[in-house]
Amino acid sequence: MNTKTAENRDGLAASVRPRFQTLRRDRWWRAPLVTVVVLVGFIVYGTWVAFANEHYFTDPYLSPFYSPCLASNCAHVTLPVIGDWWTLSPALLILPFPLGFRLTCYYYRKAYYRGFWLSPPACAVTEPHRRYTGETRFPLILQNIHRYFFYLAIPFPIILFVDGIRAFSFPDGFGMGLGTLILLVNAGLLGAYTLSCHSCRHLCGGHVDVFSRSPVRSRLWLFVSRLNVRHGEIAWVSLFGVALTDVYVRLVSTGVISDPRFF
Amino acid sequence: MGDPSTVTMRIWRGDTNGGGFEDHDVEVSSGEVVLDVLHRIQATQAPDLAVRWNCKAGRCGSCSAEVNGVPRLTCMTRMSILDPAEPITVAPMRTFPIIKDLVTDVSYNYEMSKRVPPFRPKPKPPDGHRMFQEDIERVQEFRKCIECFLCQNVCHVIRDHEENKPHFAGPRMFIRYAELEMHPLDSGDRRDLLQEEMGLGLCNITKCCSEVCPEDIHITDNAIIPLKERVVDRKYDPIVWLGKAIKGRRSGRAE
Repeated sequence: MNTKTAENRDGLAASVRPRFQTLRRDRWWRAPLVTVVVLVGFIVYGTWVAFANEHYFTDPYLSPFYSPCLASNCAHVTLPVIGDWWTLSPALLILPFPLGFRLTCYYYRKAYYRGFWLSPPACAVTEPHRRYTGETRFPLILQNIHRYFFYLAIPFPIILFVDGIRAFSFPDGFGMGLGTLILLVNAGLLGAYTLSCHSCRHLCGGHVDVFSRSPVRSRLWLFVSRLNVRHGEIAWVSLFGVALTDVYVRLVSTGVISDPRFF
Repeated sequence: MGDPSTVTMRIWRGDTNGGGFEDHDVEVSSGEVVLDVLHRIQATQAPDLAVRWNCKAGRCGSCSAEVNGVPRLTCMTRMSILDPAEPITVAPMRTFPIIKDLVTDVSYNYEMSKRVPPFRPKPKPPDGHRMFQEDIERVQEFRKCIECFLCQNVCHVIRDHEENKPHFAGPRMFIRYAELEMHPLDSGDRRDLLQEEMGLGLCNITKCCSEVCPEDIHITDNAIIPLKERVVDRKYDPIVWLGKAIKGRRSGRAE
């Protein structure tokens, strides 16, 4: 038995051109939707935190949004390179660097091109744009400076790790609280995210053609490649890690919760 | 799906003049793949149904099509993963011009292939070339490609923008470029060509090519992004450029 329906090979009449033409039946819209919800949530929270300029430090915990604290108006100065003239939130001095690193990250590019720009929203789903020039023109050609943001992002996990070590030093002496553990885990996650970066992989050894002549680079490349396979997952987990670490410091700082001490 | 059951296959039938979907109710047995069912329809209901196929083992890359909207090899798509309660659609690859029914004209890919500058070996040293496994391991992944062109088909750069075809090599060709660029014995430099004529910058790394690859080649992570990084070395990274210039001057070579 056969019946013929007058449709083009997209499954829809040519005169009806909906925005997202596809024959897919699965819930392809779920992944871009989740991406948009999570990233918008983080942007809203991060913007509020960056401008809040309070409750980011409670001895010995410093929120990762404010570390390193470079202005002398900081509640806990890491390095006073900026004088009294800076009256805005000290977070604004440092956040552009990790923000730029994430914004130009190869993984996040995939996520936001799909989720926000719908280019394409999902595989084999028609994108709504009439023209497409990809990353060949300004401003998207600037995605090529990702490796510079990588260079600038390298100190952050190291500084946050130092913050984690400092978090053993309580006003009443040496100790360890839940916050210490959270700060160290957060530094570890950000370190993994930075190391697993595609630019890092290339700079470590991806540019080498003859690995047998560069054994150190070869081993480095293999190590980073193993991390790089999980770059997407690490990107999300480390994003949540930063936000949750700040939430924890904020809750302890405002007295909403008390920090459990292990010793 | 133990005993034979009946499913409705909704197959696109037509040619350059147009066409539409045609429903066929057909029996399906346990373990069958979409291509088996297409062959049954060909044998029992529609002898003029055009299907390109060859090995039926996922090695030749001939039977690419879109099953329920997802680009797949029909010989590697088990019927048991598809919902028999609804008609199962089988459409030709959308990116390429139609010839007849499920057969498309994929010559665009061969035209792009012709434009890949060939392997250019380095001068042979007196004791001959020597290669180690670690030197060649990375490019061996790219040799798994069976040229099914599913990656080219799903790439939105040409799937949704026909006008990009003349200046976009596509994911399949990018892995060929990567294979040559990373080859330990190749002396060619294709980075300017890639950026200026082959549309590497058009790729916005949304990874659909990697998702549909039946050989599980990590096209984006292992070929396209490394190529983009090599282009950055060449065109957008003044530090690398300066380092190479100094190194070149010290060793008496001009960069």
